[in-house]
Amino acid sequence: MKKDATIHSHHISQQFNADLEEIKNNMLEMGGMVEKQLSDAIDAIITADSGLGQLVREDDALINAMEIKIDEECNRILVRRQPAASDLRLVLTIIKTVNDLERIGDESAKIARLAIELTEQGESSKGYVEIRHIGERVRKMVYMALDAFARYDVEAALAVAKEDMNVDMEYSSAMREMITYMIEDPRSITRVLNIVWALRALERVGDHAKNIAEHVIYLVKGTDVRHIGLSGLEEQVKGESH
Amino acid sequence: MTESTTEYAQANRSKFKKIDMSKLSSHEQTPSAEDLPSCLRVTDLNLYYGQARALTDINLSIPSQRVTAFIGPSGCGKSSLLRCFNRMNDLVDGCVIKGSITLDGADIYHRSIDVADLRRRVGMVFQKPNPFPKSIYENVAYGLRIQGINKKRILDESVEKSLHAAALWDEVKDRLHDSALGLSGGQQQRLVIARTVAVEPEVLLLDEPASALDPISTLKIEELINELKERYTIIIVTHNMQQAARVSDFTAFMYMGKMIEFDTADNIFTNPAEKQTEDYITGRYG
Repeated sequence: MKKDATIHSHHISQQFNADLEEIKNNMLEMGGMVEKQLSDAIDAIITADSGLGQLVREDDALINAMEIKIDEECNRILVRRQPAASDLRLVLTIIKTVNDLERIGDESAKIARLAIELTEQGESSKGYVEIRHIGERVRKMVYMALDAFARYDVEAALAVAKEDMNVDMEYSSAMREMITYMIEDPRSITRVLNIVWALRALERVGDHAKNIAEHVIYLVKGTDVRHIGLSGLEEQVKGESH
Repeated sequence: MTESTTEYAQANRSKFKKIDMSKLSSHEQTPSAEDLPSCLRVTDLNLYYGQARALTDINLSIPSQRVTAFIGPSGCGKSSLLRCFNRMNDLVDGCVIKGSITLDGADIYHRSIDVADLRRRVGMVFQKPNPFPKSIYENVAYGLRIQGINKKRILDESVEKSLHAAALWDEVKDRLHDSALGLSGGQQQRLVIARTVAVEPEVLLLDEPASALDPISTLKIEELINELKERYTIIIVTHNMQQAARVSDFTAFMYMGKMIEFDTADNIFTNPAEKQTEDYITGRYG
């Protein structure tokens, strides 16, 4: 069966088409805002811009409000339409995805707070290379996961899951780097710890992006691919959906 | 102190091992139809009303003691197929049936089959409740009386048992000899089900059994179907997709006289294999 992003139109009820389209668009809009929050938070650290960090922190409330709004819409559709098959999977996927997006928003706000603290602690660019590098990777993961959702692209979703493994490895090696800094200069510990928290937050963002990618595979294939490991995931994606 | 803490921790750990994942959900995973015994098999069935072909090459095994729902748009042939199971189509002029249907291995269209006995073994309930204009008691006893059973003790027992089975006993036990026509629509439908189960059938055919009933009576009928499947093989035709999703273990989607897809209800309603099924259950035009 052909499964792509147009699958949710052509209901006899035009209003149902419109409702599903609306929650999808709202979720993607929320995704765009979260991407912006994340990249601004990373920039705030790297460019030592506490003003930008403050903006990110303030806008987190907006992301939270969107999560609640979209969840409400999904509840309304479940109650009033009793969606089935791909429609049901779309609504469930959106409910789960907005939860992950909201958490990415929280991590971004955390990074923004650390940016403000780091700026107050004065000049030093130790650890910024790692932040920039891992930050760029997870930012791309979030973008790709949302893009995979918009296009019903399970291959792209699989690529996100694979990328998460690379990010985890880079995170471990960055951690070793940070420990070296702290051993070399114990006076820098407070500052380097803040970098460590930021790296940790970025690594968590990668995990959430991977979750979103798994939701996309569920949406398109109808199989739950959580907690089955990368090879199991690959098998499910390559296998003919029934 | 340390020791007891460890002991406490270990005692708690042991709980983890005891969790039986299969019990986390009360919903039992339906095995696939091929893995279940089947008493009713349809092979290469074609049905014609005069020149018009109403059913095309139907092949199907109905799992025993499960609920199978036939869904599909009006005129797709689901009622025609249902009527084949107790030879109700014999009464239709110009109706020709090719292929075979077997009940417990015996072809029900074979010359040697006694149709009246077949209809006892394969009971049917229709959309509109059709109690006889007799008392509640006589409605349920009717099938036994025409079998020549007239002993009051046996009839009393059977009536009570059947009304219990149809979840109607408590509501009518004090007025068994009042007219059945005085019952509400939902009660009448359960009375008809009691009348059907009184003759101890093997298969129950339900043709839109709840579509003329209010939501509460509908839920009672659905609850009853769930109880009855422990003893009978049930086939239900319904236009109400949510009803099929609620009551059926297996669901068959039919379209234009063909069996498009037959699978567990879980699969049909969350991840159907065929686009036509998906379009129908999600309310799209094909």
